[in-house]
Parts: sequence; structure tokens; C-alpha cells
Amino acid sequence: MTAQTAQARDLATVIGLEVHVQLETDTKIFCGCSTEPADEPNSRTCPVCLGLPGALPVLNEAAVEAAVKVGKAIDADIPVETRFHRKNYYYPDLPKDFQITQYDAPICQDGRLEFSVEGEDRAVAIRRAHLEEDPGSLQHVGGDIDTADYTLVDYNRAGTPLMEIVTEPDFRSPGEVRAFLAKLEEVLEYLGVFDATRDGSLRVDANLSMVDADAVADDGAIDGSTLESANRTEVKNISSHKGAEQALAYEQSRQKNAIQRGADVAQETRHWDESKGVTLSMRTKEEEKDYRYFREADLPPLRVADWKKRIAIPELPAARRERFREAYGLSREAADKLTSTKQVADFFEEVAEAFDPGLAATWVADELLGELNYRDMHVTDVEGRLDEVTRLVELVATDEITAKNAHETVLRGMLDGGEDPDTIVEREGLGKTGDDEVADAVRDAIEANPDAVADFHAGEDGALNFLVGQVMQSTGGSADPGTVNELLREALAGD
Amino acid sequence: MSDSESVDPEEVRHVAGLARVDLDEAEVERFADQFGDILSYFDALDEVPETDREADLANVFRADEVREGLTQAEALRNASDSEDGRFKGPRVG
Repeated sequence: MTAQTAQARDLATVIGLEVHVQLETDTKIFCGCSTEPADEPNSRTCPVCLGLPGALPVLNEAAVEAAVKVGKAIDADIPVETRFHRKNYYYPDLPKDFQITQYDAPICQDGRLEFSVEGEDRAVAIRRAHLEEDPGSLQHVGGDIDTADYTLVDYNRAGTPLMEIVTEPDFRSPGEVRAFLAKLEEVLEYLGVFDATRDGSLRVDANLSMVDADAVADDGAIDGSTLESANRTEVKNISSHKGAEQALAYEQSRQKNAIQRGADVAQETRHWDESKGVTLSMRTKEEEKDYRYFREADLPPLRVADWKKRIAIPELPAARRERFREAYGLSREAADKLTSTKQVADFFEEVAEAFDPGLAATWVADELLGELNYRDMHVTDVEGRLDEVTRLVELVATDEITAKNAHETVLRGMLDGGEDPDTIVEREGLGKTGDDEVADAVRDAIEANPDAVADFHAGEDGALNFLVGQVMQSTGGSADPGTVNELLREALAGD
Repeated sequence: MSDSESVDPEEVRHVAGLARVDLDEAEVERFADQFGDILSYFDALDEVPETDREADLANVFRADEVREGLTQAEALRNASDSEDGRFKGPRVG
């Protein structure tokens, strides 16, 4: 191909993902060591996860249940029989020199996940999702991986249950990948099998290649031979949604530039360097056959297809969003906000049931999330204080304080000062002023402002507003403006 | 076992590379012969009569309960070198 024709080519991007997620269990996948992060290295190990001679793995039932939940959520098939294999490679993060993983019979096959990107609904096919063990963590001391003086190894992480989720090459842009990963995390968190706040809980490898735009059908399909003939790179070391989008945007323009210069794109593995914002070529030594996969004879097969019926999963975000819109008459925006995490959605439903759905939506979606967002906080940061927020909504619902005071003084005070709502209401004297006091204030305002009273009788509307303002001021803003308005009109009519 | 065919020396170098073992030329030659011998031993399996499988075992689990493991000192006891509670080894790149 000449440079001339290369320049004329319109290119389309094709991306597929391998997403590794840590499953949230109390213990490791093949031994009883805790998966809680530890301060001390190598303090969560045993003969099994250290690969000591003679130690035998025994599968953690909770890891299999979590995998079945993931399978249900992505609408995957769970085969009648699934089993484990050994993947052999020598690297110090694997104390056994092999990783126990799944090869020819993964626990989940043929799933899909729907998500939306820029308002458009998309679905990506998931080829497989399998269980495996996490390796340990390495530290390259005195340099990077190629220049370090030596390597230090901590096996606390070794044996943490992982699920590797492999998609079909269905993504057409780095932005889609980011939206998909956010959605996947949301679903996993709803299932209660994943903790996004845990360091290293999500790791992504992405395959990217460029094909002729003509080869992409209107429905986005690309035939297999086009994909086969396009050279692709595998980008490793991605650990966040944002990182995935950045790494793939970089890789996309790098390949595009090469093709438009008339150069070849090498089929290779590249390493995402997040601090420099570039992908770098990595030497790779192994091909698939070099892993010498063979059956893990120490683990009997799994027959868990019927667990799909036995194990229930919670209502997933998309379904919940729809139900919120229908049952509570919420806008799409409000429903989106209120289902952003399971905790927010659960809290909203609790408040909506106790009081009024409209009031609950305003207080949870707008006031609470808004004030949290402003402080760079999340609902998880006020997890133990949701009862106080409920009490605050109750104070508004029962008309004990005004909505304005509840938001501006009480909610902000709760978040900034850590006090409970009743303490703030009492200290600031926010309790709505009693009727007698308001009546007194109305009489005082009329007596003190004869000019305004005369203006009112002359038909000037502004005069009433002025008097309402005087009453509000003398009651410290705790009177209800509507009531004040009414009382003033009554008093002035009898004048 | 001189009747077995020796393995291609390139194959020996490849397998040694996967195992991160350095072999000199004389060793490659020696192992090429030995690999051939070892592979020929597997022919013996053809002589084994077919037998029934052992009892069907499936779904063997443990409950998700934490069990006491090793202390850091115990974990590192057999390590040839360690630093700051971690196993220490050569550069891997």
C-alpha cells in the first residue's frame, strides 16, 4: 500500500477487553487466609497460597456463589460441568509456578451487558467469565521492571478470588470502554461481590486494532477475516475507567498515525504507563501453548448449573431505575441519581416509604447528594449517619422547620460540624415559630410601619411583601411565609 | 535407551527458557537425548488396560471462614533472602 492510498483510508477502531475483578469474599479462593488488606506484608499466608510442597487447595464456596451471581447478572450460561486448569509460567508473583485458573470450561459463557454512552444504549457480548487466583504483588526496587536492583514479593494478595471477564471485540471507541467499565462496576457492587474502593480490585487488559471503516456493517458488525488480518496490540496495566479511556485513546491515535504514514502496526503487548500517559512495547516471551495448560487434578469438577435457580440476586440498577420512574413518578435524571449506588437507592426507598416519594427524591437526590458532592464525599462517608438524615427529612415533613433552614443550616452543619439535626435546630433556634409569636410579630410590623400600611390600602402590592419581610426578619426566618402573608392580609382587612 | 529419538535442540532451548534455566551447548545436547528417552517412557501407557474411573467426585468446597495461617516470620523462614518482611529475589525484567 502506498502512503497516498493509506491517507485516503477511513479507519474504525475495534476494542475487546479482559477485565479482572476481585471478588469480595472473607477468605482466599483456595485457602482460609483472610482477604482483608493487611499493613504487614506476608502476614496473610499459609502453605496453600505460598505454594509449599504437599499443600492442597480447597475451593471457597462463596467465590463460586459470587461467580454464579455475576453469571446471572450478565445473562450468561453456566455449563453443566466446569473445572480448573493449571496455567504454567515462571514468575515470582506465583509461588507455585502455575496459576490455578479455568481454561476450556469457564463457569460463565455467552453473556452480555447493556450500558449507555452519551445517551445511546449499547450492548456488549461477553464471551466468557472465569474464576482464578490472584498472584502476589511485586516491588521492583531501585528502578523499573527492567532496571531494578532486585525484586521484593508480598503474597498477601496471592489467592484472592478473581473473575476474568472477557468481552467480544464489540467496542468502537475508548469512551464506550469507559462507560462499560463503570456499568460493570455498578452491577458488581449491586450484587455485593465487589468493592471498588479496594486498591487493585479492577485491572483491565485491552486489545485494540484499526480496520477499514468500510468493513464495519451498519449494525456495527465486523466479519471475522477482517479482524484476523488486522494487527492488534494488547495494552496491559490499566487499573481504572479513566485510565482505560486514556490508554486506549493514546493507542488508537498511535496506530492511526502509523497506518496513515504507511507503516505497519506490530502485533505486540504494550504496557500503559499512567504517569507518562503513553503505551510502551513490552517484550513477551510466552505464547498460549507455552502455558502448558493442564487439568488441576487437586480440584474436582464443579456442577453448579442449578445454582442459577437457587441463588437470588438483587434487583439490578437498570430495572430499579425503571421501577423508580414508574412507581414514584421520578424524572430520568432523578432516577439515575437515586440508583447510582445500591446504598443511595436503598436509602431513598426507606425515606420514600416513611414520608413522601417527592420529598424523599428532593432530599436524597438534590440536597444530600448535592452537598456530599460539593464536599467531594460519598454516601459511604455518611453510612452510619443516614438515620440523622432521615430525622432531618422528618423535621421538614412534619413542618417543624422550614426547608430552607433544613438545607442551608441543618444539613450543611451536619456535614461540616458532625452534629445531629436536633442539636442544630435547638442551638440555632430554627423550630418554626409558634402561632402566637407570629401573630405578635404581625401586629408589631403593622404598628411600626404606618406608611407601608397606607401604601397597601392604596393598592400597592409591594407594600405587603415589605411587611412580610419585616415579620420574617423579626422571627429570624422561622415563620412560614405563606402563613405570615395570610395573617397580614387578615389583619389589614380588619383595619 | 539408545533406541529413542532425541528431541530437536531448539525445543530443549525453548523449554529451558520457559523454566528460566540457562543451558550451555553440551547440556542442550545431553538433554535433547534425555528428553527423547523420557518421552518414550510414555509409550508404556499404551500397554495399560482400560479401567473404570474412580467414584465421581464433584463440588468439594470449604466454607468462607477465616483460618489462622502463618506468621510473617514463619512464612519467610525458608526464604533464602528477605527484606522488610518480603521475599527478596533478583530482577525479573
